[in-house]
Amino acid sequence: MKENGLIEFRWHGRGGQGAKTACLLLADAAFCSGKYVQGFPEYGPERMGAPITAYNRISDVRCSVHCNIENPDYVVVVDETLLDSVDVTHGLSPEGAVIVNTAHSPAQIREKLRGWQGRVCTIDARRISEETLGKNFPNTPMLAAAVKVSGVLEEAKFKKDMEDSFHHKFATKPQVVAGNMAALVQAWEEVQAG
Amino acid sequence: MNYNERLSGNEAIAFAMKQIDPDVMAAFPITPSTEIPQYFAQYVANGEVNTEFVPVESEHSSMSACIGAEAAGARAITATSSAGLALMYEMMYVAASCRLPITLACVNRALSGPININNDHSDSMGIRDAGWIQIYAENNQEAYDNFLQAMPIGESPEVRLPVMICQDGFITSHALENIVLLDTDSVKQFVGEYHPEHYLLKKANPLAVGPYDLGCHYMEHKVQQAEAMKHAKARILEVAKQFEALTGRKYGLFEEYQMEDAEVAVLLIGSSAGTAKAAVDQLRKAGVKAGLIKIRVFRPFPAEELAQALAHVKVLAILDKAESFSANGGPLFSEVRGALYDLKHRPRTVGYVYGLGGRDITPEHFKDIYARLTDIANGGELGPVYTHLGQRG
Amino acid sequence: MIRRAKDIDEHTPWQEMTPAGEVYEAATARYVNTGAWRTDTPVLDAEKCRSCLLCVPFCPDSSLPVKDGKLVGIDYHHCKGCGICATVCPFGAITVKEGGQP
Repeated sequence: MKENGLIEFRWHGRGGQGAKTACLLLADAAFCSGKYVQGFPEYGPERMGAPITAYNRISDVRCSVHCNIENPDYVVVVDETLLDSVDVTHGLSPEGAVIVNTAHSPAQIREKLRGWQGRVCTIDARRISEETLGKNFPNTPMLAAAVKVSGVLEEAKFKKDMEDSFHHKFATKPQVVAGNMAALVQAWEEVQAG
Repeated sequence: MNYNERLSGNEAIAFAMKQIDPDVMAAFPITPSTEIPQYFAQYVANGEVNTEFVPVESEHSSMSACIGAEAAGARAITATSSAGLALMYEMMYVAASCRLPITLACVNRALSGPININNDHSDSMGIRDAGWIQIYAENNQEAYDNFLQAMPIGESPEVRLPVMICQDGFITSHALENIVLLDTDSVKQFVGEYHPEHYLLKKANPLAVGPYDLGCHYMEHKVQQAEAMKHAKARILEVAKQFEALTGRKYGLFEEYQMEDAEVAVLLIGSSAGTAKAAVDQLRKAGVKAGLIKIRVFRPFPAEELAQALAHVKVLAILDKAESFSANGGPLFSEVRGALYDLKHRPRTVGYVYGLGGRDITPEHFKDIYARLTDIANGGELGPVYTHLGQRG
Repeated sequence: MIRRAKDIDEHTPWQEMTPAGEVYEAATARYVNTGAWRTDTPVLDAEKCRSCLLCVPFCPDSSLPVKDGKLVGIDYHHCKGCGICATVCPFGAITVKEGGQP
């Protein structure tokens, strides 16, 4: 554990897939739990499909540091095709975990992780999203998986806060709130650790 | 009246603008400040503010529109970054010399070229001599707080100068962080209404602004501007005191962090100060007498106050997030070093240019700097005083 | 020494980069594998393709090479998988497959 209960996340995704949104949602959820938060993307020109990175710091005190995160506690990979081109576990704490959106098992994913010895968690966010929302929006399941694996937020409070947050976010289309909550609950149950 | 929220730096500025509800906003989008007029235009469209939003075709026009509006007697605001600020250059001088207290939210970004959208201070540093008050923020909270203080400073009759409220592009403008907001009634009461003594639409008292000055008048008007900038210093502190009474958040011309007994210190502007504080905390635990000064107000420049705060320091590193290509260090380096010249026992100084085009700077970089300063303090060689930090090679 | 674009990357020190980022040779896009950004992949069925070449001007990444008036395949090194080619093909000769690999 870092000082002041600091937990750091790094998100890997592709432009347009919503890794930044998921990162901001995590910051939002942690804020609702009374934490001090940072949620920020590493910006470049907007390029659909290009690898992008986003970061979270969640702490018991205000985070003054404003640089990128070199040694995250958790890495969340929103698109498994990135494993071929990006060294996602670079700098990852050995006590931490990598959480990958995939239909494969943790053991199968580990083979692609360039010798990473720590925890590997998997979640089939695409399938969950398609089952619950009818479309591939992996954000909500990935967020649930990241929160569960890291234990950064308390389960009941997190789910309640997210429901409020969805009602707020989707004020003009309340019909998608139930689907997002279903995606969140299903992901919470299905995430696999190996 | 204070309440907790989480907002990005751009959201915080747009929200401050909404709470103030100014008469006119004229703006043109440019990364990374685009979100500010975007959010604000939404407030306008929703009828949440009474502001006249002027969508213009360039930043030269947005500043021109602000000048016209402010001269007419309205409270005018804008936001921009980088090349947008550069395109305003001519009109920035006009705004200041006409003594029109326009407020500009500057989201700092590198200037071309090579073309780059990320943060450094070359845009606002490039325009530092235009006669605008410049106030910089470390995070979203300071950006919000500074924006609320801008109008009480700039519109004050003994000042009457435009104000730039700067924050670091992306690093704070696009980062979601905790923030403490003030309720809108308190904001409105604190900022007050704009009632200039003279303005174009004042029927009782016809007025012309911005006349041509022959040589026999120009210098006198420039001295008036210079005097106004001197008055601004006291006014900034006065407004900060009122703001502290309202919010409990304390502001000065600069922030001193662990400076009381500091022997080695770093001086810089903006979000990297927070990163440097983390290094100071670690070094203090290891017994190093490390300190930090973060410049909040760059114009007017707090020369005497800095000299006083730095008189006991042995070695100081001054960090510029902008090049001036003087081949002798950045603008902050030159001015701080100049401020120290008349001290009896002045610190030795080294300058660094860092963070250009968004190049990241970490606590480790700062620890290396403090290690060098400590070595110099212990009798080591000063070495080159103009170097760059974070580049390859 | 003239340094080629292909020899410059995110590890090159400033001393070894060209002044002002000047590029001294043509067709440097061939060094950039934007195909790695692909999450869906168009696949060409050569039997169905009549080389009408309607897809070619629609491709935003010039990834449909033509030789002697015939479409000769898909340039997977640069194709980002947007699928516009499949949408505009009148003969169903291009289909989009899930995943980054053809």
